[in-house]
This record gives sequence, structure tokens and C-alpha cells, in this order.
Amino acid sequence: MLLDIQDLKVHYATNQGVVKAVDGVTLSIGENEVVGIAGESGCGKTTLIKSLLRLLPGTAAVSADRLAFRGRDLQGLSDREFRKQILWNEISLVPQSAMNSLDPVYRVGEQVVEAIRAHVETPRRQARERVAHLFDVVGLQASLMDNYPHEFSGGMRQRAMIAMALALEPSLIIMDEPTTGLDVLVQERIIRKLLEIRREIKSSILLITHDISVIAEMSDRIGIMYAGRLMELASATDLFEQTHHPYTLGLKNAFPSIKALDRELISIPGSPPNLIGTLAGCAFEGRCPFAVSACASERPAETEVGPSHRVACHRLGDVETMRIQASEKSTWQSSKSAA
Amino acid sequence: MAILEISGLTKHFEVDPGLLGRVLSGKHKQTIKAVDGVSFEMQPGEILGIAGESGCGKSTTCLLISKLHEPTGGTIRFKGKDIAEFDREALRNYRRAVQLIFQDPYESLNPRFTTFDLVAEGPRALGVWDREETARRVIETLELVGLKPDEYKDRYPHQMSGGERQRVGIACALVLEPELVIADEPLSMLDVSIRAGILDLIRDLSHRLNFTCIYVSHDLSILSNISERLLVMYLGMAMEIGPTDRLIRNPQHPYAKALVEAVPVPDPRYKRPIPAIKGEIARPIDPPPGCRFASRCPQVMDACRQDPPPAMREVEPGHFAACHLLEFPAAEGATV
Repeated sequence: MLLDIQDLKVHYATNQGVVKAVDGVTLSIGENEVVGIAGESGCGKTTLIKSLLRLLPGTAAVSADRLAFRGRDLQGLSDREFRKQILWNEISLVPQSAMNSLDPVYRVGEQVVEAIRAHVETPRRQARERVAHLFDVVGLQASLMDNYPHEFSGGMRQRAMIAMALALEPSLIIMDEPTTGLDVLVQERIIRKLLEIRREIKSSILLITHDISVIAEMSDRIGIMYAGRLMELASATDLFEQTHHPYTLGLKNAFPSIKALDRELISIPGSPPNLIGTLAGCAFEGRCPFAVSACASERPAETEVGPSHRVACHRLGDVETMRIQASEKSTWQSSKSAA
Repeated sequence: MAILEISGLTKHFEVDPGLLGRVLSGKHKQTIKAVDGVSFEMQPGEILGIAGESGCGKSTTCLLISKLHEPTGGTIRFKGKDIAEFDREALRNYRRAVQLIFQDPYESLNPRFTTFDLVAEGPRALGVWDREETARRVIETLELVGLKPDEYKDRYPHQMSGGERQRVGIACALVLEPELVIADEPLSMLDVSIRAGILDLIRDLSHRLNFTCIYVSHDLSILSNISERLLVMYLGMAMEIGPTDRLIRNPQHPYAKALVEAVPVPDPRYKRPIPAIKGEIARPIDPPPGCRFASRCPQVMDACRQDPPPAMREVEPGHFAACHLLEFPAAEGATV
């Protein structure tokens, strides 16, 4: 196992109370695996990865029962040790809006050279050769190394950021919305390139996005996050074909597909709960058309419903009925928040 | 009769290349052909989707139709009348009849206005109704877009979620009872779970209030869901137009085909074909003669580079495409 996260919590103390941005997430990532985390804005998916990379501000209280990388406890490392040994060497990041993450006054190639030399002692020339190779891997001409970011298109900048994340051959690459904001043809190429790279260098990828289609195309396993918690975690095919959680069912209904032109889209009425204070029950209870009284009072435990398929829901016994009813628009309009 | 007839619509921007550019290119002026000869018609009550990548001219087309930009060529006829010849009075009516729904509900609403004032702004500015009538209409419109007036009318934008704000944006557009609504990527800032609700709202209201709608987006999966007809644009030109299901299932133009193939599908088992398309979209500065797509087209022929851009041809009823392959059916690869 590459990365083992158990019961990860990220809390912020505010004047109004404790904000539980990530509220007990258990997730593991294997070698050479693509894990996708999908969820709406504010569900804690970006906070989750920032806590892994120690990029959160000092006001965030991060705790976990276990946080281990290849069996090595990460929580015991000082920030300095973490930066030296883990960050970029073992875990790298392609940040959200990577397009705007390049420094406009430095040549693109230089920025990647700098990333390499900051972590590993490498002669400049050798680093440049490495960058030329990386540019080739992501599908950029090596001659573009000496260009400035403004001379790159959005897709090219995104490729450069991916090259930077690959620079030290990390075992895990975390990608935060790697294709959001790109045109569909550019997005398609980036996805194809990422899958190609993944086959070649055998790194694992943790992919964060709100785009269910992109996650379906790229991931081996998919986790659905809501209000700081994992609602359902399963292999990509099981998540779509053996859906258990009402929220996942709702998301599937809400997402348009070019292959299902006549299907009616159904939205999930209401909005996510306030994350301040303690949510006694299930986080989705307020918007769930299948909620019963236990859902409001008791947080559902994560239950194993199949091989590496975990769901946190009180009503797993009625999953067949829920699947049938969830495809009806009237079902969703009967939930508490729709009334 | 068509409510909107657009023919040969053109918007060229002159840019000064600067001293260095002048020396290097030897030219004094460069022309960005943002929209270059676009023609289409719309029937009352229909929803037309405009699809294309950034820089294809879809937003400029909308700005021209809403008369926020003046075209450099071509005509826009609204209910049979050329909008360039409108006098003050007619223009005032036109401004009321054509309304926009903006992309970003976080930026497009004045943070110092309450919901009520935001929606009342248009009627007040145009002076169409008196105080009581305006108030009555605003409340009515809020109900229409699914915001309970008592609860929402005194709220400020920061007290609402993105979906609620976009509903306010829609109310602002609809309060004036427009005949044509132009929605420019109204969902791109919203979360997946509430997008369907806004789409439903636009579709439902367009039927109930009988307005015509132009829906602009780069997301074909959304367009395939809401629009009855689709227009695919590339570098300022219309490549293909036709009924949505026909165009999605049987795209004729190689560009439209690539665009359809590139859309990710929410099904992990689905293996998407790889679009056979080269390079990236260029900027429409001084484009070469011939088809705009020639440099990236997998089926390019000599004619595509030499001849002027091909004209629209009807391939099946109501389905048109502008491609040389359709003119020379014997040529290689004409089975698109």
C-alpha cells in the first residue's frame, strides 16, 4: 500500500465554532492506482489533499489515527523532514488552476529546473536534459523550454505543470481539478496523456474533481465526498453499476451525458449542510429523500457491501428500492429540503 | 416567421501590432476576425445551442445580437427588422426584448443590492412600470424562478448560494418579459447537483413564457440536454448547424465530429474514440484563405487550403455543414 489514511480530520476553530472541513476520512491508495475523489465545492476534497501535503494554514488542526506512506508514519515527521524527504520526491501536486501557477517572469523550463534542483543536487545541465525529456513525455516540444508562460496556451501550461509534478518521479501525484477550465479538445488530450504517462511511469494518481465524466474515464477507484465525509468508495465500475448511496444515485441523475440524449436530468434539491459544529447524523440527511429518523441522530458507519466497496448509509437494506425510486424525479422533490 | 435572422454577420477587430510587430511582420494593422460571416435563423420559442472552444466567436456573436457590440458587416434582423436601423424608441424596445443571463452569478450581481432591487433594476432603468406594478412583477418573477419572495427579496448576494444567485440572475433577465434570452455559460460556476435544476428552469420557463433562447456553452453534454438545435463554431465561422440529436449522432464536419468525440462520458466502461485532430486552436488573426479548420483537419484536401471557405450545404432536412468533403463526395474520406 502506498498511502494509508485512517480517520483523517481537519478542523478549524472559528468564532462561530469548530468547522469540520474534513470529518473522518479513511482512504488508502495502492501502487500504480488512480483514485478519484469527486464532490461538490465545499465538500472538503481540496482540504483533504492540502492536509496530506501540509499546505494548510496554521489555524487548521489536522489529526488522523494513521497517516502512513509506504508504511512510514508521516505524522512523526517535522515539516522540514517532510519537505525534504516526502514532498515532490514521493508526493507531488498539480495544483488547481495550474494554468496560473507558473511565474510569468521566468522561462517555463527554468521553473521546472528549479523544482528539480531545489530537491536533488543536480548539475544544471543535467537538470535541463531531464526537463527536455519531461517536456517530451507530456507532449511539449523541448524548444519551448525557453519560452515564457504567456507564450503558452492554457493546455500547454497545464502540460508544463504536469511535467513539473513528474520531475522527480514521485510515487504519488495529486491532481486537483487538472482539466477544469480547459476546452474540451484540450481536456481530452490531457486525459489521454495522463493515462499514457501513468502506464509508462507507474506512479499512482490521486485525482480530485467535480467532473464525474472525467473521473469515470480516468480512475480505477472512486470516492464520493460530501460535507467532509466519504459517502461511498468503490471501484469505478461498481460505483456506477452497483451504486449504494443515495447521494451517488442523485449525482448520477444530475449529470448530463452525450450518450443519453433523452434522459431527463434530476437535480438534488437543497444545499450542503453548515459545517460548523457537530453533525450528529448523516451529512446528506437534509437532502436525502430516503432519510429516516436514525439518519438525523446517528452517523452511519462505513459498511463493506462488496469487495473494496464501502458505503456510509443507514438504509443499505433497501438499496434495491432506493435505486428504482431514485430515478424518479418526484422522489427527489419529496425530500426535506425540497419542501 | 423567424424571430431572428442573422446573415453574414461579421465582427473584425483591428489591432495595432506595436512597433516591434510592425517591423517583424511588415504590416501596419492586423485583423482579428472574431466573427466572420455567420448566418442562421431562429424560430420563436426554440432553444439554440452554440458550441465551440474559447476564441471561436460564440460570445462575440451574443454581444452582437444583444447590440453591446456593433458588427462590422452583415445584418441582424429581429422580427423582420434590421436592428442597425432602429431609432431610439425601437432600440429601447429591443433592449427590453433581448435579455442576457450571465456566466458568473458571483460577479454579475451588485453586492450592495438586495434581491428585490437587483430584479427591479431593469424595469426601473427603462421606466416601463410604476412603483406598484414593478413591485408586483418582481415578486411574481421571483416566484417563477423558485425563490420564495418573502424569504429572498431582502437578501444580499452574499447571503445566497451560487444556485440561488443564478436564479436571481435569471429573474433579472425574465422580469422584463423578453422575447429572446441569451444565456452565456450560465452553469459553469455551479455545482453538478444543482445544474440540472437551473437547466430545467430555463427550459420550463422558455416553454411557459414562450421566449426564444440562445444557450452558449463549450460543454456539449449540457447543450445536448437543453437545446433543440446546435450551432458549432470554429474561429469565427459556423461549421455545422442542425437538430441536436442528429448533429450529436451523425456529425458531418470533421471538427464537429472531433468535438463530439472529445466529450467525456460518465461511464467507466465506455471507451471513447480518439479524436483524429492535430494541434491547438489558433488565434483568428489574419487567418489564411480557405477553411479555417484546414490546418488541423484529419481529412484535409488541397481544395480546403486553396478555395474560399466552403458554403453551408444541407445534408439532411435542417442539418447543414460547411465542408469541402460534402462538395466532392467522390474524394477520399468523404464518408464522414
